[in-house]
Amino acid sequence: MYTASDLRKGLKIQIDGEPYIVTEFDFSKPGKGQALYRTKMRNMITGVQFTNTYRSNDKFDRPNLEERTMQFLYSQDDEFHFMDTASYEQIFLSREQLGDHLNFLIDNMEVQVLFFGDRPIDISLPTFVNLEVTVADPWARGDTSGSDTKPVTVQTGFQLQVPPFVEQGDKIQIDTRTGTYITRVKE
Amino acid sequence: MLGRHGLQRRSDFMAALRSFFLEQNYIEVDTPVRLPALIPEAHIVAFSSEDWWLHSSPELCMKRLLARGCEKLFQICHCYRKEECGRLHQSEFSMLEWYRIESDYSDLMTDCEQLLTYLSAGLAHFPALQKPGCLHWQNMLINLNPPWQRLSVHDAFRRYAGMEVEEAMARDLYEELLVSCIEPQLGQEAPVFLYDYPLALGSLARTSAANPQVAERFELYLAGIELANGFSELTNVAEQRFRFEKEIATLQAQGRHAAMPERFLDDLACMPAAAGIALGVDRLFMLLGNYDDIRQAIPFPAETL
Repeated sequence: MYTASDLRKGLKIQIDGEPYIVTEFDFSKPGKGQALYRTKMRNMITGVQFTNTYRSNDKFDRPNLEERTMQFLYSQDDEFHFMDTASYEQIFLSREQLGDHLNFLIDNMEVQVLFFGDRPIDISLPTFVNLEVTVADPWARGDTSGSDTKPVTVQTGFQLQVPPFVEQGDKIQIDTRTGTYITRVKE
Repeated sequence: MLGRHGLQRRSDFMAALRSFFLEQNYIEVDTPVRLPALIPEAHIVAFSSEDWWLHSSPELCMKRLLARGCEKLFQICHCYRKEECGRLHQSEFSMLEWYRIESDYSDLMTDCEQLLTYLSAGLAHFPALQKPGCLHWQNMLINLNPPWQRLSVHDAFRRYAGMEVEEAMARDLYEELLVSCIEPQLGQEAPVFLYDYPLALGSLARTSAANPQVAERFELYLAGIELANGFSELTNVAEQRFRFEKEIATLQAQGRHAAMPERFLDDLACMPAAAGIALGVDRLFMLLGNYDDIRQAIPFPAETL
């Protein structure tokens, strides 16, 4: 069990049988009065946000959440299939559940799949991924436009800004938290 | 967390606080932080230290010194309150308290006005105090020139919460309405004193002669932030013991430790009429230093230790 004094940004709690993550949190305590824990949460399954104010004596269950290392196998229609690299068990998540993660997901990539009980609800990607540039304007030497970056498209269809020397066919490293270019990688 | 320049500013600030009181012939004292019995308060959780306690405020010892014949006292010390951590709270924090005999809460309000006026002149090299008589905190420009507005708790609930304070108390909505509807309105353009609290919220404050439903207690607000809490001191020993007994019963019902501070009650019998106030030093420096989180205004926030 958690108590209200455990509440902080990022804490995962269970309310009415569903897992929530705390997205914003504010402790307040008017002079000589009771402490108030004003909390904004997101349902980890539905994505629905809600706010509530808790008191010191409120308690919360810990959600039964577990992360398992799995490999992305293939997608069919809007189902994305993953395999547990230890047990070979296969599961899938929907396009909607994966959301922006799809910008960086490629075949055979190992990810952490988050389970609530035996139900997969989310994935976390590696912090850095290497993706191939599929569309890029050629680097015009002597370009005097003064621009420090140019847009490119990578193999997942994601677009980002990179330095002008990056060319089609290059592999680049991207930070999946921010979607920004880190470096060009040689393979 | 403060860097070198921030620490220098904080040092300038602390020196100015002290000189304000020393110039007015206050005696600076340093009373023990570890005590065998604290003020019984249902909404403050104290840290234990062996079988004694770390004080949550120096109030008891300072009043005992008034009983020894001191007339004007101040202290700047660290205080300890468990489970308080946020944008405006740390479990260990700095408090300024001052006490003066033959005075009431109205005199303390005047002190607050003079203190801020003194600091804004003495710390004019702070970027937030560049404009004379004003505090530029975050996006707000707060006019510090006295006199400041005095708003009763009764009127504040009517005006900003649309509910009588008595009803808010009865429905256990007092804190929520105060925090969400009232506090954000207080001290946006100039500091505000919220005054005359329901009797139940002023366990050490004197009952108002004009209205026996309220205690002569006030809080000072700047930019929606509660900065200081002062009151005319209750000196009636029997009444004080009765209020403490009620609070101890509440604490014991929650399974918490509570002991009657007997030596304080012994000395209270000899204490003259007085007024006393506690001001959050870190919060005031947070405002004057233009920080938006208390953790930026102190040398070591708890999570950095």
